Amino acid sequence: MRTAYTWACILMTVVAAGAGDVLLAFAMRRIGDLGELRRQHGPGVVAGRLLSSGTLYAGVFFMAIAFFTNLIGLSWGDLSIVGPASAALTFIANAVAAKFLLRENVDHRRWLATLFVCCGVLLLTSS
Amino acid sequence: MTVRKWAVILSMVFFSSVGDAFLARGMKSAPSIDVHHVMDVLSVMANPFVIFGIFSLLAFMYSYMTALSFADLSYVLPASAISYVFMVLLSIFWLHEHVGRQRWLGVAFIVVGVGFVARGPVRTENASKKEPVAETVEERR
Repeated sequence: MRTAYTWACILMTVVAAGAGDVLLAFAMRRIGDLGELRRQHGPGVVAGRLLSSGTLYAGVFFMAIAFFTNLIGLSWGDLSIVGPASAALTFIANAVAAKFLLRENVDHRRWLATLFVCCGVLLLTSS
Repeated sequence: MTVRKWAVILSMVFFSSVGDAFLARGMKSAPSIDVHHVMDVLSVMANPFVIFGIFSLLAFMYSYMTALSFADLSYVLPASAISYVFMVLLSIFWLHEHVGRQRWLGVAFIVVGVGFVARGPVRTENASKKEPVAETVEERR
């Protein structure tokens, strides 16, 4: 039963982290290049746009959920399972979400990069 | 990609690695936290390493948002994975941890993965032409 709870937490972490990253990416795409904005309108406008973005707050909220579900998962399961599984699955979930929700062109180079980074993270965190 | 954009990606990697290393150092020097007294975690907030770690992670968050404002999510995430390599180097030289063969193999995989994504465009043409699903849903309301 404990294993089922641990995997439920891993799944929730992956979904919440993916949702957080996608919402954040979506919000930043709508706000525009922060460097250009700062140069053209000053830091006040940048702060105003960031603070008035509801999507950004939603992204941060989901990231907070991912953080706490990860902590709960770590209290139930082994670090050697929870750490690598949630990190590697989050990379894959984000690539899939970027392709289908953000409509990014995730070409073979980016898929390969995601897979290599996934394997690297698994090796690093499970040692 | 311009020098400024590379600097943003590198600052993201730097602040993420330094933040995690400072938090790890702070948590190691603090007394262990009992499961039944989780609120004791607040006592470590006075630790200078933990404070510096939190500020570094806030700087990482701003760099991350800046990077997402000019690059795709599917570019930024694999590119930022190089922070795992920095963390391994910090754990060797600062925290004096032992790093075995498996970890070095992991580092090699990450470096190859980052190499793949770094050679491609930061923002794909298709992403700007097609409407993201989230935007389409918002417009329908």
